Amino acid sequence: MSKELEPLADPGLPEHIHRKADIDPIAAKRAEQQVAILFSLSALGTLLFIYSFFFVKEDAFIFLPILGNTNAHQLGIGLGMAFGLFFIGIGAVHWAKTLMPDQEVIAQRHELKSEPEDRDALVKAAKEGAQAAGLGRRPLIKRSLIGAAALAGLPGVIMLRDLGPLPGKDLEKTNWKTGTRLVTDPGDRPIKASDLEIGAVAQVLPELLPGQKRTLEDIGKDAVLLIRLRPAEFQLDEERLSWTHEGIIAFSKICSHMGCAVALYEQTTKHLLCPCHQSTFDVTRAAKVIFGPSARPLPQLAITLDSEGNLIAKQPFSEPVGPSFWERSS
Amino acid sequence: MKFLSKYRRHKFAAPLLLMTALAALGFTYSVATAAPASNSMSASAKSTLISEGQTIFLKGCSSCHGLNSEGGAVAPSLIGVGAASVDFQVGTGRMPMQDMSQQAMRKAPLYNEEEVAALAAYVASLAPGPASLTNEEITWERDGNTADGGELFRNNCAMCHNFAGQGGALTQGKYAPTLMGVEPKHIYEALITGPQAMPVFSDKVVTPEEKLSIIKWIKAAESEPNLGGASLGRVGPVTEGLLIWTVGIGLLIGIAVWLTAKAR
Amino acid sequence: MSARERVAGTVANYVDERTGAAAYLKKNLQKVFPDHWSFMLGEIALYSFVILLLSGTFLTFWFDPSMRTVVYEGSYQPLKEVEMSAAYASALHISFDVRGGLLMRQIHHWAALIFMAAIVVHLLRVFFTGAFRKPREFNWLLGIGLLTLGIVEGFLGYSLPDDLLSGTGLRIAQAIIQALPVVGTYISFFAFGGAFPGEVFIPRIYTAHILLIPGIFLALITVHLMLVWYQKHTQYPGPGRTEKNVVGYPLMPTYMAKAGGFFFIVFGVTAFLGAVASINPIWLYGPYTPGQVSAGSQPDWYMGWLDGLVRMAPPLETHAFGHTISWNILLPGLIIPGILFTGMALYPFIESWITGDKREHHLLDRPRNVPNRTALGAMALTFTLIALINGGNDIIATHFDLTINQIMWFSRIGIIVLPPLAFVITKRICLSLQRADRELVLHGKETGRLVMLPSGEFIEIHEELSEAKKYTLTQHEQPKAIELVTADAGGVLNPKGIRAKLQARFSAANAENIAKPTAAEVKELESGHH
Repeated sequence: MSKELEPLADPGLPEHIHRKADIDPIAAKRAEQQVAILFSLSALGTLLFIYSFFFVKEDAFIFLPILGNTNAHQLGIGLGMAFGLFFIGIGAVHWAKTLMPDQEVIAQRHELKSEPEDRDALVKAAKEGAQAAGLGRRPLIKRSLIGAAALAGLPGVIMLRDLGPLPGKDLEKTNWKTGTRLVTDPGDRPIKASDLEIGAVAQVLPELLPGQKRTLEDIGKDAVLLIRLRPAEFQLDEERLSWTHEGIIAFSKICSHMGCAVALYEQTTKHLLCPCHQSTFDVTRAAKVIFGPSARPLPQLAITLDSEGNLIAKQPFSEPVGPSFWERSS
Repeated sequence: MKFLSKYRRHKFAAPLLLMTALAALGFTYSVATAAPASNSMSASAKSTLISEGQTIFLKGCSSCHGLNSEGGAVAPSLIGVGAASVDFQVGTGRMPMQDMSQQAMRKAPLYNEEEVAALAAYVASLAPGPASLTNEEITWERDGNTADGGELFRNNCAMCHNFAGQGGALTQGKYAPTLMGVEPKHIYEALITGPQAMPVFSDKVVTPEEKLSIIKWIKAAESEPNLGGASLGRVGPVTEGLLIWTVGIGLLIGIAVWLTAKAR
Repeated sequence: MSARERVAGTVANYVDERTGAAAYLKKNLQKVFPDHWSFMLGEIALYSFVILLLSGTFLTFWFDPSMRTVVYEGSYQPLKEVEMSAAYASALHISFDVRGGLLMRQIHHWAALIFMAAIVVHLLRVFFTGAFRKPREFNWLLGIGLLTLGIVEGFLGYSLPDDLLSGTGLRIAQAIIQALPVVGTYISFFAFGGAFPGEVFIPRIYTAHILLIPGIFLALITVHLMLVWYQKHTQYPGPGRTEKNVVGYPLMPTYMAKAGGFFFIVFGVTAFLGAVASINPIWLYGPYTPGQVSAGSQPDWYMGWLDGLVRMAPPLETHAFGHTISWNILLPGLIIPGILFTGMALYPFIESWITGDKREHHLLDRPRNVPNRTALGAMALTFTLIALINGGNDIIATHFDLTINQIMWFSRIGIIVLPPLAFVITKRICLSLQRADRELVLHGKETGRLVMLPSGEFIEIHEELSEAKKYTLTQHEQPKAIELVTADAGGVLNPKGIRAKLQARFSAANAENIAKPTAAEVKELESGHH
């Protein structure tokens, strides 16, 4: 290092300054008492816990600022436990800070790397071991071992096969068939067109056939939102318009982005919003995405009336519902 | 009755009697005018009410909604919206709007109950629509079921108003307001009229009994004490995260500073 | 010798004869630990982990990780006779029918949030002070592993109660898995045992949450701590502190009392939060069904930045040859976090390549003295913070009278513009601070006292710094730029042409510093004063 870049000299560790408690017996006594008080506070906390656990009713409530009307049992045992633990800690630290040695000591570091002799010895031992085993001389053994070891890992992967079924076409199917009646969720009541006023929505599911049960997997694919607008408000092509009935339009409620339930319908703007990632769909334009991360419109369900005037599905969904997946073709 | 006959000739008897009679009359009158939807009201009382309502309307509403309620550039037509809509919008203070913001806010109502009733009667007279309701008619305590209401609430309401009815964001600055502290009749009226961005929940889709159950659940959530301590607004993990990064880590770092500071 | 000492001696003798522990303990009880508040951050994480183990074990006594449908019969009235999964019902049971159950649930969840927050602040301390440099690169990698594992473990815990919020989170996680090209659908069907949500996922993640991941955690934490122990702790620069020594308190008794006490303090603070602040009130969310959702559905904060990235992603999907690739999910959900975490893991190696510095470092850097690194950290923090803010955009919108669309556009633009801006600004600030340090050493501290000279001129009195302070401000080494060698003396082109050029560029940027005062300059000024 050149002379002009010489840094300032290290003045060394500063002199140790004694604490009051080190030199003044009265201060030391006071510190001792403080520690004892802190430990006693902890004991009081534990007593509060025990009292609250056994003697404060679980349906007792107490009104406190900020907390509001709070459960007294929960608060009592919680605060009791908190104080019981907290003051042990505070006491111990105060003890360490005031009465235990506070003179900093210096320990030397040693370079982490091993001595050269040790390294050489290790390399030699490893080499000799490998040589003795004949690894270098018998490549056949080495290669077949590597191959066998790699293969031996396979059962661990193959055994996971029965974790679940193969997907098949499952993601592309729902329980909506031609003629399936739309029923309210919850309540399972069929819906007539006249039941919905302009601006009304309804959460619907496909009607269950006798003996059928509805699973969460079914709801995860079948949930549909029904919305009624003025027919003149639609800006749909002919086919999509034929999928509606007197201003009633049906969309899959399962978001085309990540599968949350999209049902925040704004009557004023005719927009549907997904609360998870804020994809916004325009109902009047077949749920076209107008904002947010979703790349596809919500699938539309074609609806019509049956002979009794109930709303039914005209045909199954024409595309898979829910989030995208590799095998999806559009 | 001995007590009464004994004082019948007391010097205050006559004025007292007169006062009682007047009070009774006034009470009857006020009850009659305060019940706009009741069918027992005479035709003449009704027409008085409607004309009173029209006066208020022309003064306070027509500048936006038009002289004949036909609507205007900034406000919708009121023909056919019904008394329920008026009772909700004016009764919760949303109408008249103070400024042309995205959405009318709930605030202290400008008009008193009688005036709201008169306005409602006037708007209802334009074309038939949902009738307004009184809190007594909303028998949620008797006919509602909290657990069913919770299920219905989560299916129909929670996506906008949040899982605990605290409200939530909609697009472009619109929002679903909090449901805490809203009168039962106003919740019911909102469900059947679909005010502002809110859709309508028809009686065949969510039945009147189901609506009462929803109200019962909302009231249960509203009165539910804080079972686990400060509620943090019941808005989910955002406030929880905020608390941990301020109070939680802040407190612990503060203690760490004390712990490593040299004692004197 | 008192009776007690005799007993203790007998026990110690018994143990030592069988383990030979005395020699080892003798050495290690004298182990020196430097004292600084920022060295306690990792301890907060460690202690939170212990709290998580304890409170989690308590919860397992009642939790039933099953998705079979049951009818709720517990004491929370608003859910009476509602159909739900056994997992959710048992989580309600813990909350309302086990005394102290709700407290423990809340302690467990708060401890998880503190655990993750402590890991992050600990990581920031290690990064900004350069504690990851040789020989501590392995421990940096272990730390990145622990952070990643913590995010996964936290998310699984959030998913276990099977309430409406946790189900929504799982739905999104499933969509990310399903979006993986080629294998996504298969992995999803294997993981969930069929279509989402299925009936096996909660029991499966329960095993991962309480056994597999905590086991890996324990192993990694053990190695992490053993390395700290073996390599000895780093220390802040100052008089008497060198690369060759470590200055602090011996383990026994001072450090042990402080660290042990701190465990109780962390536990106490967590219990306090569990007592006074509600967290994840699952009873209000209701049971999960895929047809329902709540407004303002967010993950816990440590996942919030990921959710924010997903929210702001552009609506991009590729449909080709009968297949779909969802960039709107893959980009924010896997690719960007992957780049971020890989970059973070490789940073120690990248920095040592840029500086060409292969020496051991035990003295920490003051962040201002390494402007490039500090600016890079500020840049990454800005990025994550914007993503996190966007993850709560709906709550922010309703509480601050903004619109979600405004916040979303702010984030979309901000996440590209603001991090580089943060880099430039931070670097400027660092250089200014270096300049201020230089001034301090050469001209002392401004006292604010004005004196009028006989000539009528006013001057401010500067107070000279102490020797110790001067040393602390000037002890660091300032890196020199690596000179670009394009060709050797014989005219042969450098075979590492492009890499060498890059290295030279980066190292030149890294070497931009305000020259620190030298001994000669200080001496000159001192002689001038007197």
